[in-house]
Amino acid sequence: MGVSPPAALAPAPGSWELTVRSLRCWIVVYRRTWRSSIWSSFLGPLLYLGAMGFGLGSLVDSHGTAALGGVSYLRFLAPAILAIQAMQTAVGESTYPVFGSVKWNKIYIAAQASPLRPADIYRGHLLFNTLRIAMNSAVFLIVMAAFGAARSPEVVLGLPAATLLGLAFAAPIGAWAVTVKEGSSFNYVFRFGMMPLMLFSATFFPLSRLPGWLLPVAYATPLWQGVALCRGLSLGTLTASAAAIHVGYLAALSALGIWAGGRTYRRRLYV
Amino acid sequence: MLRRVPEVLVRARGLTKRFGAFTAVDGIDFDLFRGEAFGFLGPNGAGKSSTMRMIGCVSPPTSGELTILGGDPVRDGVAIRGRLGVVPQEDTLDIELTVRENLLVYGRYFGLPRKLIAERADQLLEFVQLTDRADSKVDPLSGGMKRRLVIARSLVNDPDILILDEPTTGLDPQARHVVWDRLYRLKQRGVTLILTTHYMDEAEQLCDRLVVMDRARIAAAGTPRELIEAYSSPEVLELRFAPEVHEAAAEKIKDLGTERIEATADRIMLYVDDGDEALERVRGTGLEPLASFVRRSTLEDVFLRLTGRRLID
Amino acid sequence: MSDVSRGDDPPYPPVRARSQAIVSGARAETVIRSGYQRVLPPVGDLRRLKSGAGSLRLIERHVRAYRHLWLVFASGITEPLFYLLSIGIGLGVLVGKVPGPGGQLVPYREFVAPGLLAVSAMNGAMYDSTFNVFFRLKYDKLYDAVLATPIRPLQVALGEIGWALLRGVLYAVAFTLVMAIMGLVTSWWALLAVPVAVVIGFAFAAAGMAATTYMRSWQDFDYVILVSVPLFLFSTTFYPLSVYPRVVGVIVECTPLYQGVTLLRDLVLGAPGPDLIWRAAYLVVMGVAGVALAARRIARLLLP
Repeated sequence: MGVSPPAALAPAPGSWELTVRSLRCWIVVYRRTWRSSIWSSFLGPLLYLGAMGFGLGSLVDSHGTAALGGVSYLRFLAPAILAIQAMQTAVGESTYPVFGSVKWNKIYIAAQASPLRPADIYRGHLLFNTLRIAMNSAVFLIVMAAFGAARSPEVVLGLPAATLLGLAFAAPIGAWAVTVKEGSSFNYVFRFGMMPLMLFSATFFPLSRLPGWLLPVAYATPLWQGVALCRGLSLGTLTASAAAIHVGYLAALSALGIWAGGRTYRRRLYV
Repeated sequence: MLRRVPEVLVRARGLTKRFGAFTAVDGIDFDLFRGEAFGFLGPNGAGKSSTMRMIGCVSPPTSGELTILGGDPVRDGVAIRGRLGVVPQEDTLDIELTVRENLLVYGRYFGLPRKLIAERADQLLEFVQLTDRADSKVDPLSGGMKRRLVIARSLVNDPDILILDEPTTGLDPQARHVVWDRLYRLKQRGVTLILTTHYMDEAEQLCDRLVVMDRARIAAAGTPRELIEAYSSPEVLELRFAPEVHEAAAEKIKDLGTERIEATADRIMLYVDDGDEALERVRGTGLEPLASFVRRSTLEDVFLRLTGRRLID
Repeated sequence: MSDVSRGDDPPYPPVRARSQAIVSGARAETVIRSGYQRVLPPVGDLRRLKSGAGSLRLIERHVRAYRHLWLVFASGITEPLFYLLSIGIGLGVLVGKVPGPGGQLVPYREFVAPGLLAVSAMNGAMYDSTFNVFFRLKYDKLYDAVLATPIRPLQVALGEIGWALLRGVLYAVAFTLVMAIMGLVTSWWALLAVPVAVVIGFAFAAAGMAATTYMRSWQDFDYVILVSVPLFLFSTTFYPLSVYPRVVGVIVECTPLYQGVTLLRDLVLGAPGPDLIWRAAYLVVMGVAGVALAARRIARLLLP
């Protein structure tokens, strides 16, 4: 009786195939939970648009809109809310859900025992988050158009623009969140990152109101890049060179995040 | 010489717990005396934990009589809980606190003064051999350490009764023995223990008296030895035959008559007074087992006889 | 193991003798009636923990557990301050002046500041009494451990709400001070701002905790956001009621946060009227109802 070797190992599937497998898990979860998330992801931005764009807008418009370049407050604000929503979805989906996948429901730990590599797990989750951002943005854009809050047909390009902005937040934050030891650290991101960005990135009022020394800081933030991009498209005032800068900045940030994510996930999951 | 009268700490008559249409505990009677270790033995779902929760005053009885430390669990729940120590089935340690803080904070829930708790915490950590982990968080502790910490925590109010719901389930053999050792010391100090388990060795190690619960009722009660005497025989003869003759052998041995026998898929067990003599008789019929083994009856035999019929019949 | 002898003066008869009492209920009854055993005197002599004391124990636990997280807590105050700053720098100029409580025109930032204080009282209270309570209820199993001790469900509810308020008071004091320093306070009535912020916090902490006991999973918290975001945006925080069509205005006037915003705005801008009394009463009633419901639900969930 001879000893025979086990059957030869099948060739490993490609990265894309593995990433999609990792994505599938999140879609299954989402199918069960999408109903309750409708409120926070779709309705929230609409309410902001209603309260600030229409309610507060009526006060601003009656006071004069010269500081806004002559556009109504609603049209000034709507693309900013599109950008803010993309950022909020990105940060929300890539902090606690990433952290919890290691610590609480251990989705990553389960996936790790399958052929998925840490980088596949990261990219699958990131892809899911990107899809969420795109969905939310699409819904908001439709509403924007319906309320006449956009001036130019270029606003349809707001969908890839907002999605890219979201990716530029989700990729690096997800890469960092997996290394976090205590969930309370996220509070600092929300309070000292997201909150000031949301309030001071030419969102609710034009940058010209900020003191001069703060302007370079504002220009350097990803949210301002995204707001400028979305607003330029929505008002039809975007120049090709400005578009190239904004898109280049956000794409570079995303690429950096994705590179880092592969490494941090490996370090965290293969211990 | 005067003999002190035993105190009944817990008294149950017709104690019943229903959750909707489901009856978890169906009219059980028992008494718990001061200073003893009293065990509830039974398979999963027999009603042990429901009984423990009723005694712990965190689950009001549906009907029947239940008196704990002379009080009524619903009316006097607060006062009674103040004099109980509880080791729940699932650890409910405070993961946001350190080992020592778990004791300090828990003691405060009983309204004890801080100084007293601090003293006791040190003694209790010593007792459960966790002194060197006092400032560690709870999360990194091993299962056995967590269990010991829960036991220490349950003692912080110097309880009259210690209620343990499956104290060693899920622990490795070393950790189980450490827990048993600690519980045995408590018993020697006169602490009254009431515990549930589905481990026979645990029941034999710890319990002065026990009841076997099955399907929400008490199937039998007594000391371990009484139970063995009442529900099993002094010795058990276990026989193995080749698979192809197994059934025929079982039939033949049944015809042998006098003893109770049980045939499982791989073994035949004869409950007898004298195992060697029984083996001779089996051989006398011309049967030659592949293996034979004579042992003393254990609680496991009692347990399987009382609760295992679903698998045997 | 079983028949352990315990010296010559056993504290109780040998195990064998006692065990006979248990075997059947009928026999046990006889034994008891014959005076062989005695039942302990009732435990009534034990001190009952007072409601307040029991709740304080829980707060004491939180202080211990979160001592090292003080920075997270302290940094919570920055949120309303960032809003205040952004309005002071930018939005205020875009809006100009708006009609205040007495109908007189006030600078926009003076108008918004008290509204933000009310919102921050609500949000702070809701955060503690929803997310944190849910975690302790479902994951930490804290209340399972607590309820095995003399502490009762009502004390758990009061303790959690008390803790949320403690945090709320800190934020309210800090925010009011900043308002005063920025010159946004025009009346001595503003001294009442902190207690009123506490009442707002009480109402929302209690309601939030009661709602949390109905939550099945984290997803359900989206419903909390569904309530708190519209309240935040539409309770005249950012613009006066006159902006709304009449029908919407009436609906807004019925919501709890509107009461809080009006209370604080009228006090801080120095135009309090008698209506403030029933607005405060509205919030107190909401809080008391929330506490009662929360305590009942905790008992039902954890003491079945």
